[in-house]
Amino acid sequence: MVRTKPTEGNRQVSASDGVAARAVDVWKSYGSGDAAVTALAGVSVDLEKSRFTAIMGPSGSGKSTLMHCLAGLDDVTSGEVWVGDTKVTGLKDRGLTELRRDKVGFIFQQFNLLPTLTAEENITLPLAIGGKKVDRDWFDVVVDTVGLRDRLTHRPTQLSGGQQQRVACARALVSRPDVVFADEPTGNLDSQSGAEVLGFLQRSAREFGQTIVMVTHDANAASYADRVIFLKDGHIVRELLSPSADEVLDTMKHLDSVVAVPHV
Amino acid sequence: MFKATLKSLLSRKLRLVLSALAVVLGVMFVSGSFVLTDTLQRSFTDLFSSAFANVDVSVSPKAEKGKQPEPLTPQAIADVKSVPGVASAVGDVQGSARPIGKNGKVITTSGSPRFGFNWTGTGQEKIRDGKAPAAENEVAVGGFLATTGGFKVGDDIALLTLEPKKTFKITGIYEYAGGRDSLGGELSVAFTEPVAQQLLLGKKDVFSGITVTAAQGTSDDALRDAVAAKLGSGYDVKTGAALAKEQADQINEGLKFFNYVLLGFAGIALFVGIFIILNTFSIIVAQRTRELALLRSMGASRGQVIGSVVLEALVIGLIASIVGLGAGVGVGALLATIFSSLGGSSLQLAGIGVPMSAIISSFAVGMIVTVVAAVMPALRASRIAPVAAMREAATPDRPLTKITITGAAVAALGGTSLGFGFNQASLPLIFGGILVAFVGVALLTPILSKPMVSLIGRLLSWSMPGLLGRRNSARNPRRTAITAAALMVGISLITGVSVVLTSATKSIEKLASGQLQTDLIISGEGQVEGQPATFQRDVLTKVEKTDGVKSAFGWASDGVLQGEDQLFAVAVTDVNALKEMFALKPKSGAISPLRDDQLGLPEDLATEKGWTVGSTITLQLAKGEPRTYTVGFVWAKSQVLQGAMVLPESASKDFRSDQIGQAFAQVQPGANVADVQKRVEPLFADNPEITVQDRSGFVKQTTSQFDTVLLMIQILLALAILIAVLGVINTLALSVIERTRELGLLRAIGMRRAQVMRMITVESVVISVFGAVLGLAVGLALGVATVQALKDQGISELGFPWATMAQYLVVAAVVGVVAAILPAIRAARLNVLDAIAYE
Ligand SMILES: Nc1ncnc2c1ncn2[C@@H]1O[C@H](COP(=O)(O)OP(=O)(O)OP(=O)(O)O)[C@@H](O)[C@H]1O
Ligand SMILES: [Mg+2]
Repeated sequence: MVRTKPTEGNRQVSASDGVAARAVDVWKSYGSGDAAVTALAGVSVDLEKSRFTAIMGPSGSGKSTLMHCLAGLDDVTSGEVWVGDTKVTGLKDRGLTELRRDKVGFIFQQFNLLPTLTAEENITLPLAIGGKKVDRDWFDVVVDTVGLRDRLTHRPTQLSGGQQQRVACARALVSRPDVVFADEPTGNLDSQSGAEVLGFLQRSAREFGQTIVMVTHDANAASYADRVIFLKDGHIVRELLSPSADEVLDTMKHLDSVVAVPHV
Repeated sequence: MFKATLKSLLSRKLRLVLSALAVVLGVMFVSGSFVLTDTLQRSFTDLFSSAFANVDVSVSPKAEKGKQPEPLTPQAIADVKSVPGVASAVGDVQGSARPIGKNGKVITTSGSPRFGFNWTGTGQEKIRDGKAPAAENEVAVGGFLATTGGFKVGDDIALLTLEPKKTFKITGIYEYAGGRDSLGGELSVAFTEPVAQQLLLGKKDVFSGITVTAAQGTSDDALRDAVAAKLGSGYDVKTGAALAKEQADQINEGLKFFNYVLLGFAGIALFVGIFIILNTFSIIVAQRTRELALLRSMGASRGQVIGSVVLEALVIGLIASIVGLGAGVGVGALLATIFSSLGGSSLQLAGIGVPMSAIISSFAVGMIVTVVAAVMPALRASRIAPVAAMREAATPDRPLTKITITGAAVAALGGTSLGFGFNQASLPLIFGGILVAFVGVALLTPILSKPMVSLIGRLLSWSMPGLLGRRNSARNPRRTAITAAALMVGISLITGVSVVLTSATKSIEKLASGQLQTDLIISGEGQVEGQPATFQRDVLTKVEKTDGVKSAFGWASDGVLQGEDQLFAVAVTDVNALKEMFALKPKSGAISPLRDDQLGLPEDLATEKGWTVGSTITLQLAKGEPRTYTVGFVWAKSQVLQGAMVLPESASKDFRSDQIGQAFAQVQPGANVADVQKRVEPLFADNPEITVQDRSGFVKQTTSQFDTVLLMIQILLALAILIAVLGVINTLALSVIERTRELGLLRAIGMRRAQVMRMITVESVVISVFGAVLGLAVGLALGVATVQALKDQGISELGFPWATMAQYLVVAAVVGVVAAILPAIRAARLNVLDAIAYE
């Protein structure tokens, strides 16, 4: 369940603890004074390894903000964020960059790919940037899983939206990051293409043990996840394990009546 | 619509500044040229009217065609004095006099004259220190000569005149009205009259002119007519005002040419500016596709869209013209100040003015250039279908077929015009052809950019950022091409010029090592007041007798008149030595010593005139009656001695100067040239303007002026290159804005700031090097074409300035790195989250 107290020491967050990423009493506000908006109001969460976690909640509830803070794309106002063994909070640009390059994979809603590179080059881009060698076997596994074998030499403009998202998934996986973060990866896709992408994410977690965190609006998408966390007004208010789409929908409907309990 | 345009303009301040800067610099160059020449022209007009302030009417001998004017006799002065209305008539003596400084070197000026005159006490010169010269060995010097050379009253000063070095005692220093050291930076010295006549005119009791003042109540014009009537023909009689205007006009004619040269370079800079503005507007329009399409979908007509882009151009052009004009006035004033104080001198500047021509040309040029450059993108913008508003903003790659065909046609047109230009020796056709060819090549650049960019890029893209940079530069062939083409213009012009100069140097070197069989060359350093420096015949005799010298000969040279034609002649001391040292081969007749009534001809002159051995030719020399010569020999075409006819030594006494202008010596077999040179040099101690050089020294001296020419052109083209660099910065900055989202993505998946910067730098270097390679190629073509055209003018060899070209390539790479700095920093500083969310 939701943690209410920060854990002392670092040992608990190490890989052996089975936690891939962790937020500890994270607060995030934008602006200052009267105009200040609190996007996250003391969120603590452990994201277990090899699990496919979905984050849901109404618009403006802080889902993207939480994901950005966890991924080191944004800094927190207070609290701590960990990815694997690394304490993200307090890292400088260089450290954050290396974290994103080596420990984290991203899938955005759209514009995931560089138009000047082929699908294959896009997939291996994080490795190339880091000057690392491509593990060909793993690359082949990933490419076959997303079904892009015959599209590798194509440029993004020659691919459909669904194919582009699958290239993005392959890219996120190929460097075997500690966590893959996906912000509404199926938001721009029709249900058929969306299902392909979601199925792939689910398999990556189950077959390859890849930790995946996905933000979504879609109850159906959330039903692919092992665990669904519900955010409201910057608080984690509910959590479901391996829910069906109907359960998720139902929970969403009743979120309005849930009163967020501020942490002390 | 108007409001919307202005709003969008103001919201893009950076773009505004970047695109306006190219126009500002070009306009600055144009208005600066006008301000500079206008200020100098007015200053020179003032200078000459003060120089002739004391002269009401001036008399000078009229020169018969082809002949040196006979100096005036005292009788002429007496005649003038007898004219009613003449208050005074004073004989003037003036001629070249070059002072030797305390370091033993001849003192030079930056173009102002060096002369001596007779001290009459009636001129404008007023003694400041000491007293006027009274004895044969005394002179007074002008204040400017005293300061330049560090001379004081009582010092000795050595002077070169028609006679070799002579030393005088300085008895006085004089100045001009207002305590000025000189009127315009000239170096002058005053002798007593007899000495001035002997040294400056070469004869006793003659004058070079008469200064006449009018009695009260007589107008200058009336006096001029009266004096002219009295003297009859054979004299030029002018009022002081007319003379001042004549001389000022002569200088101003020169300044006008100078202005044209500056405007020519300004034109090149603006030509480059057009590329940059065209590119900027293309990119801005591409980025505003959505905005413009939205306007269209809301009912704006095509005309309104075109109008909005052109209006934007007009506003930019107007602002840029105003700023450019202001900057130009500043630059012009600064240059005028520098110019007037060159060499520590002293042209009194007549206040900085802003001539109408500067204002009109600034606005005309600034607005027209900007609008012309914006029309194409505006037309394209108007074709955007309203539905594009909903689609991705990126314009698809349009095919390059049309632009390539057009480019090939335009380039061919330019080449043809260039060919005709060379053929007819027509400068407008040549320059027009070059400009048109540039446009053609620029249009061809997009198709070239694909293979070229990937080739250049391959050298730089050993890492992922490098690869991305290379791909980015190949992404938009038109944009890369135009940016590179802007750089091409400046580099190709410099390259073309250096190909010509290198070829000329190589030709001279080949000549010197092949056909010139002389070991020592004795000649003056350039020209002294329009005449080559000379030395006396007895020095040549001493050279011949110097230990180690096998033989030596020299010549006096002058123009001679044959009918209406001005020809060039040398009176040679030893035809046999000439034949041997210049390796002359006879075409007909035998090359042997000439009788006093014989001459020798070069083959091309003989052919042109239809003369053969035995023909008789009548020549008018500078002095004396026309003389008839018989052709004794014609020598076969030679690179060393061409265009000049050979006269017997006796002809030189009717030349303007019978002294030796150039001499050549061969050393004895086995003798060391350097040793002999050391023995010959002291013979010229009294002729500091004469240098003794071995062959390689002579070649170096002859070709060293090329370096100066090249440097000048490089400086003047620097602006065109600077504008091209702005273009690279501009393109990169706009591309960075355009690719904000991609940059965000790259940073999100772990690209370091340094890698982002490297990526932008590689793109920049690829564009710059591409531009340089194009420039070098086009420049080589231009240079080779010019050399081919100049084959008959003595540039027989083709030389390539590989080292210089390599330097330009390196400079271009450095320029690429520098141009990338700001855009790269901007890209690296992007906030990752903002960039990802960027629309
Ligand atoms: N850069 C920002 N500056 C100011 N406020 C921000 C900023 N980013 C987010 N917010 C605010 O923080 C709150 C949470 O935003 P967040 O983007 O995390 O919501 P979300 O749950 O992802 O919503 P959606 O489902 O619409 O994407 C919102 O109230 C939003 O207005
Ligand atoms: Mg969101």
